[in-house]
Amino acid sequence: MGPERLIEEFEKGFSGETVEASRDGKDFILVIRPEALLRVMGSLKEDPFFYRLLLDLTCVDFRRDASSFEMVYHLFSLETGRRIRVKVRLPADAPSIDSVAGLWRNANWLEREVYDMFGIVFIGHPDLKRILMYDGFEGFPLRKDYPLRRRQPKADKGNAI
Amino acid sequence: MGVSPGAKRTARHMSEGYLTTKFENALGWAREFSLFHYPFVTACCGMEYMSTACAHFDLDRFGAGLTRFSPRQADLLLVVGTITMKLAPVLKTVYDQMAEPKWVVAFGTCTVSGGIYDNYAVVQGIDSVIPVDVYIPGCPPRPETVLDGFLKLQEKIRRQKQEWRWGRKD
Repeated sequence: MGPERLIEEFEKGFSGETVEASRDGKDFILVIRPEALLRVMGSLKEDPFFYRLLLDLTCVDFRRDASSFEMVYHLFSLETGRRIRVKVRLPADAPSIDSVAGLWRNANWLEREVYDMFGIVFIGHPDLKRILMYDGFEGFPLRKDYPLRRRQPKADKGNAI
Repeated sequence: MGVSPGAKRTARHMSEGYLTTKFENALGWAREFSLFHYPFVTACCGMEYMSTACAHFDLDRFGAGLTRFSPRQADLLLVVGTITMKLAPVLKTVYDQMAEPKWVVAFGTCTVSGGIYDNYAVVQGIDSVIPVDVYIPGCPPRPETVLDGFLKLQEKIRRQKQEWRWGRKD
């Protein structure tokens, strides 16, 4: 499927959900509304798009400039060799979004990492807990308002380390 | 590293003074040249550790040729590489498992001060977790720097008061 047709398909298929659709070289960028995530991702995985591989899933803190968090999903199509970036803007206070762990198994740990670092809550995630930081760590270190030099001594068996 | 029962008995009969001092000197001389090291390697400094320990720079020349991979058999803990907050309790446990007498070398800038990782995840110097005898800076340190640090450790061991009467009741 040619790139122009693909953009047409996006606009036809997700007209209600799409905030913005554009191209970056060979890649596509799709900005969608949070409620539509599971439907859009589910269709992108299937015919005619075949973005079967979830390469990465991450988050950006845009609260200062756009007062929102932005979730970014990188998909790859093994059939066409094309990539797509799906972006979702979330509100700055109490950000949450549906989990895509049901669609891609590897989203399980990736979403835990995003939860660990940014505090995004994934609704429907099978086991949402910290994955990198230790138990008892407070706050979300990759948020822009986490103090750069804040140190949290690790308490272990009663001894502060 | 132990002291033979015979040497212990002899030493026990000596009073504090000339003989004790000479005995401690001998013990220090023996200890500085028979260091069994445990490499606690977590990061890129490990490459320089390998270079130092293997034939090109040859740590064996200084009597530290035997690498032990159990802390119970080691008396020198080489902390090589970045120590994160999550890893700190493990490092503490390894240190606690080593038998006396024991020494610690902080190998590389990360272990000395946290290095470039001035952030939420990394211990800013391992001396907040365990006591350190010799600090070897460098990112990573060249093998010559490591050997220099090692010679400083040997000098420290030679000159320190030798503890050898653990468990003595008096």
